[in-house]
Amino acid sequence: MQTHEYDVVIVGAGGAGMRAALESSVRTRTAVISKLYPTRSHTGAAQGGMCAALANVEEDNWEWHTFDTVKGGDYLVDQDAAEIMAKEAIDAVLDLEKMGLPFNRTPEGRIDQRRFGGHTRNHGEAAVRRACYAADRTGHMILQTLYQQCVKNDVQFFNEFYVLDLLVDHDLAAGQVPDHEEVNVAGVVAYELATGEIHVFRAKSVVMATGGAGRIYKTTSNAHTLTGDGIALAYRRGIPLEDMEFFQFHPTGLAGLGILLSEAARGEGAILRNSTGERFMERYAPTIKDLAPRDIVARSMANEVREGRGCGPHKDYVLLDLTHLEPAHIDAKLPDITEFARTYLGVEPYTEPVPVYPTAHYLMGGIPTNVRGEVLRNGTDVVRGLYAAGECACVSVHGSNRLGTNSLLDINVFGRRAGIAAAEYAVDATLVDLPESPAATMSAELEAIRTRQDGERPADIRRALAETMDANAQVFRTEESLTQALADIRALARRYRSVSVQDKSRAFNTDLLEAVELGFLLDLAEVVVVGALNRKESRGGHFREDYPKRDDAGFMRHTLVYRRPLTDGPAAVDGDSDGPFALSSQSDGYQLVLGSKPVSVTRYQPMERKY
Amino acid sequence: MTATLEPAASTAVGEVPTFQVTLKIARYIPSDAPAPAYGEPVPAGTARWDEFQLTVHGTDRVLDALHQVKWDLDGTLTFRRSCAHGVCGSDAMRINGRNRLACKTLLKDLDPSKPITIEPIKGLPVIKDLVVDMEPFFASYREIMPFLITGANEPTKERLQSQTQRDRFDDTTKCILCAACTTSCPVFWTDGQYFGPAAIVNAHRFIFDSRDEGGAQRLEILNDKEGAWRCRTTFNCTDACPRGIQVTKAIQEVKRAVITRTF
Repeated sequence: MQTHEYDVVIVGAGGAGMRAALESSVRTRTAVISKLYPTRSHTGAAQGGMCAALANVEEDNWEWHTFDTVKGGDYLVDQDAAEIMAKEAIDAVLDLEKMGLPFNRTPEGRIDQRRFGGHTRNHGEAAVRRACYAADRTGHMILQTLYQQCVKNDVQFFNEFYVLDLLVDHDLAAGQVPDHEEVNVAGVVAYELATGEIHVFRAKSVVMATGGAGRIYKTTSNAHTLTGDGIALAYRRGIPLEDMEFFQFHPTGLAGLGILLSEAARGEGAILRNSTGERFMERYAPTIKDLAPRDIVARSMANEVREGRGCGPHKDYVLLDLTHLEPAHIDAKLPDITEFARTYLGVEPYTEPVPVYPTAHYLMGGIPTNVRGEVLRNGTDVVRGLYAAGECACVSVHGSNRLGTNSLLDINVFGRRAGIAAAEYAVDATLVDLPESPAATMSAELEAIRTRQDGERPADIRRALAETMDANAQVFRTEESLTQALADIRALARRYRSVSVQDKSRAFNTDLLEAVELGFLLDLAEVVVVGALNRKESRGGHFREDYPKRDDAGFMRHTLVYRRPLTDGPAAVDGDSDGPFALSSQSDGYQLVLGSKPVSVTRYQPMERKY
Repeated sequence: MTATLEPAASTAVGEVPTFQVTLKIARYIPSDAPAPAYGEPVPAGTARWDEFQLTVHGTDRVLDALHQVKWDLDGTLTFRRSCAHGVCGSDAMRINGRNRLACKTLLKDLDPSKPITIEPIKGLPVIKDLVVDMEPFFASYREIMPFLITGANEPTKERLQSQTQRDRFDDTTKCILCAACTTSCPVFWTDGQYFGPAAIVNAHRFIFDSRDEGGAQRLEILNDKEGAWRCRTTFNCTDACPRGIQVTKAIQEVKRAVITRTF
C-alpha cells in the first residue's frame, strides 16, 4: 500500500474534474485520479452544444435561460443555482474559447449559436438560438481543450486508478452523528489497475467528479464505464443521495442500440415521425414541437409506440427524418451523428429516416451540494473539504429534467466553482488524521471477490439488473413495475454477495473491477427505484402512470435517501424530513431512509408546464 | 465488403439475423497470472493465440464479440473500452491486420468464413492481452505543446475567427488520441522515438489555428530528426484513422510549413 498527500484530490477527469483541476492546480498542490485516461471520459461523447445567452445571433439574456432551466426541470430546480449557472454561462463559454476551443463561427467571426430543446425566447414564446457548438462534437472539443490546458499547466494525473473508498473522520453511515457537528474529509482510497496495488490519498479537500450511472439500464447512451462509482461511495459512507428517481431518457437513441443522436439534429430542423408519417410532436407540444424538452419528447415517442404507431417490423421505434435537409448542411452541422446512423444501422440519413427510441442518458440526481460544490450530509450541514461537481452531483440545476446543453454548462460552471472552493479551503485547512487501516474494508472486499473460487458471474447479474431496470423503471413507471424492479434488484444483490471472477491475477484485472462496479450499480439502482416508488406524482423525467399529475403540495421537495443500519423503531433522519418523505425501506442488513430538502424558489412560482 | 449473412433457421421476419464467427485473439499473460480459466494453461509471461467460436447478431461489433468472450467464456481476456461508439478512443486494436476501433467495426463487414484475428496495436509495449502501455504515445503528444499559445492581451469577449479560418484546421480537431494512426506507421514500428502521426496531427491543429501564436515553436520541434521528416507517406495512418482524418495530408502540410514558414 502506498500513501500520498495532496492539498486537493480530484476524483474523475471528465469535464467537471478537469475544469476543477485547472482552478485548483494553480492555487495549491493538486492530484487528479481517473479510472480512464482523461481523454476517454464520456464528456467527449456530448454532441450538440453548450448554452449561454451570448446573444451573438439574436436577442437573448441569462434571465430567459434561467427561466427555461427552471421550467424545463418542472420547477424542482433550485432557482438560486440555476440563476448562477445561466449568468456564469457566458464567461464559461468565453473562457473555453480563450483556452482554444474551436467553436463554429458566424459570418462575422463570432461564436455561432443554434436552437436546442426547451431553450426559448422571452419565457417560452419561440425557440431561441442559444447553444454554442463545435459541429456535433462539442463535448469532444471541450474534453480535448480542458485536457490540453491540463497538459499546459502540468496537472498531475493518476490514470487508470479506480477510487474504492471515501475517507471521512466520522462514521456517518451509522446515523449517530448529530446535526451541526463538524465532519471533515480525510482522503480517498484507490486501486491502481496496472499493478493491483492499493493507494491511499490523504487530502485536505476531495472533489468528486465521477460522472453518471447510465449502466443501471440496458438501453443507454452511456459508456460501459459509467457505473456511478463516486455516487455509490458517498452513499455507502452515509451521505444521502438527492433526487435519484429522476433519470433522463434521451429521445433519439439509435433504435436497439441506444447510441445517441444529438438533439442538435432537431435543432437543425429534423422531424420525428410515426408509422403514418405524422409529425406527432405537433400534438404533444404545439408551440415548439420537436424541440420540446427531452422528458416530453421521450414520453411522446414511447406513447406513439404503445398506441401502435411505431415503425419497423415490431413497431417498436419512431423515425427521425432529416431527408428534407440539404446534404451539405447535414455534413457541416451534423457530421458525426449521421455517420453513426450509417455505421451502426446502415441507414443513409440524406435519403432515409433514422430509427430512434429513447435511451437512458443522464442522472439528474446525485450527491447533494450547495452552489460552492460543498457536499451536504443532510438538508443543511456540509462535510468540510468534500466537494462534488458534474453529473455525480446534484446542485440542483436540472431539477426533474435537464435541458439539452445544460450538462456541458454544469460541468464548466460548477466544476470551476468546486475547484476554486476546494483549493481555497485547502490553503487554510490541515490534513485530518486518517482512520486506522483506511484501506482495510475495501481491500478485504476486493480480495474476497478475487479469490472466491466458485460463485455468481458478474455479467449475469449485471445483465439481469439492466433488463429489469429497462422493463420496470424506464419512461413509464407504476407501483407494480417499480415493486417488481425492487424485488429483482434485492434478489440480485443477494446473488452478488457470492460473486466471483475468473481472472485471479493482480495486474490489469478488469474482470475484478467490473465486479466492483456492479456493486455500485446495484446500490444505485435500489436508490433510484425506492425514490421512484416514494414519489407518487409525475414530474419531469419521472412519470408514474398511476399518479400522472404533478403534485406540488405533496412532492415539491427534493428527495434525500440515506443508507442506515436497521433499527427496531423508526429510523432517525437528520434535517428536514416531514411530510410524505419520513419513510424507510428495509433492505438486507440495512435500510434506505427517506428524507427531503426544500426547493429553492426565488423568481418563478410553479406553473403548469406547456410547450 | 459485406459478407453474405446466413440467417439462422429460427429467424423470424424482422429479427436481426445471427451468424457464426471465430475470433482468433492474441493473448499475452503477464508474469503474475495464474492459469487461465479457458483454454490450455501456459507459462506466465508468454504470448499465445486463443480461438473462440461465437454466435453473433447482424448489428454486433467486434467489441460486442470481445464482451461475449469476456462475460460468458473467459473473464481473463483483457482489453480497454469505454464509450462503445467510436468517440473515446479506448479500443484501438489490430483487426485482421488493420488498426481499427473494435466498437466501430461491424462483424458483418468482416469475412466470417475465416477466423477474425485480433491483436494489440503494434509498436507500444504490451501489458496484458490487448492492452498496451500508452505512456510513450501521450509523451509524444505532450511534446508538441498541444495547447493554444497566445500573446498577453486577452480580449474581453471571444477572439474573432472567420469561418474560413475555422475550417482550415477542422479536420485535425477530430482526433481522439486512439493511437490507431501512430501504431500503424512502419516508421514508428522501427523507430519508437519518432513523434508519430497523432502528435503531428495535434501540432497541425494548432499551427493552422489563426488564433495561435506558437506555430514557429512547434515547427522547430517537428523539424527534428524524429519529427515530420521521418514520414514516408505510406498512408497507413490515413487508412487507420477511425475519424476519417486526412492524416498524411496534415503531415505533408506541416512539412511544407517547416520549409516555407507560412501557415
